[in-house]
This record gives sequence, structure tokens and C-alpha cells, in this order.
Amino acid sequence: MSKTTATRARPLSPHLQIYKPIPTMMMSIIHRITGVALYFGTLLVAIWLMAAAGTAEGFARVQGIYGSWLGLFVLFGYSWVLFHHMLGGIRHLVMDTGSEAALGKDESRRAAVAMPVVSFALAILVWVVAIMARGA
Amino acid sequence: MTDMRTPLGRVRGLGSAREGTMHFWRQRLTAIANVPLVLFMVGLMVALVGAPYEDVRATLANPFVTLVVILFFVSVLYHMKLGMQIVIEDYVHGEGAKVALIALNTFFPLVIGVASIFALLNIAFGG
Repeated sequence: MSKTTATRARPLSPHLQIYKPIPTMMMSIIHRITGVALYFGTLLVAIWLMAAAGTAEGFARVQGIYGSWLGLFVLFGYSWVLFHHMLGGIRHLVMDTGSEAALGKDESRRAAVAMPVVSFALAILVWVVAIMARGA
Repeated sequence: MTDMRTPLGRVRGLGSAREGTMHFWRQRLTAIANVPLVLFMVGLMVALVGAPYEDVRATLANPFVTLVVILFFVSVLYHMKLGMQIVIEDYVHGEGAKVALIALNTFFPLVIGVASIFALLNIAFGG
């Protein structure tokens, strides 16, 4: 007899939702999400370049959209996500070396917790410099 | 337990070794290249915030800037193509949808790259 089983749903192994969220795990997930966001963010850079290759009017229009409140909000988010992903990537490169400094329980937790803070600070720094450069 | 591998496969000791290792390695290689390239790009953007059309074009036409921005696109687009491929393979289980998305994931970075590099060369050489 070949059709005796499969009348009941088979048990599944536990998945994400049964684990308590911890910083290293959250940062791993966020690294992936920021990567996907940056994938589409590259479009913004490409559009800006193509506008610069086009007419002055077209370029002014794109600059206008990027310089609007919504545009600035998106660009700030873009820069934060960019730094977050960059720091996360460097963290992963260090972890790839297998060093205790990166993989130890406390060390890895501290690095993970620092990620959003440091990336946000870097984004703020870039924008402060940009705004000052524009004023000068 | 019987070893099902061929003698040659056993000697090479690479396991199934098709594309996985190269994928992993290139992801890291482009990641390392991305750090200076992205930082340069951020610096360029900061320097050009609110700059007039002519200034932006003059800066982009500088040979060093043109070259680094082209390298930026090559490295970043390859890196993001590799990354998105993993995401698709992890979460998309339907065979048709997976193949379609993997194909799109090849076209998207290519189109962005060709368009951006063409725009750059146009600014650099178009006069």
C-alpha cells in the first residue's frame, strides 16, 4: 500500500517566530533588508547621472525632486541604510576571519547593538558636512 | 558507508563545487571594493549638493572621477546582483517564478550599469 500516509499535515521544524530576537540575529536580518533596499536605491544614483547627461532643464527637475522634503527624506534614509549595510558588511568580513574578537558572545552583541547608532551618526555627519558645504 | 564519488572527485576534494564558492568569494571581493568606491561616491555627492548643472558635468567629466564612478557601478551592481540572487533563491520556491526573477536580476543591474556608464561617457566625451 503506497497511500497510507499523508492524511495529516506533516510536522514542520520550528522557524523564526519561536526564537527570542537577539541583536546579532536582528542585525543579520536587517543586513539583508538594507541590501535589498540599496538594490533599488542604486536607481536614484543612475537617474541623477542620466539627468546630468541630459538637458539643463531635465537636470534641474531631478535636482528639484531630490531637493524636496520627500526627496531629502528618502535620500537621508538611503544614506543611513547605506552606512548600516557597509558597517554590517565589514562586520561580516571580520567574522569571516573567525576571530574571537568578532565571534565572542559579548563582543558580537556589542558590535550588533552599535550598528544602528554608528550608522545613524555617520549619516548625520555626512549631511551636516553637505549642508555646510552648500552654505559655504 | 559506500563512497559514491568518483576517484577523481575524491582526489579533488571540492565536494559538489560548482558555483557556490565563486559566488561567496566574489560577494566578499566586491564588498571590499565597494567600501572605498562607495565612500568616494558619497564624497562626490556631498561635494555636488546643489551645484549648478555645468559644475556637476565638469566634475563628472574629470577623467579620474569618470573612472572611479564607472568602477563604482561595476562593483556595486555585481555585488547587488549576487546578493539579490541569494535572496531570491532563499524565498522564492516556485520554479517558474524563481527562474523569471533570477533572469530579471541579471537584466536589471546590466541595464542600470550600461545606462549609467553611457551617461558618464556622454558627459566625459560628448562635450
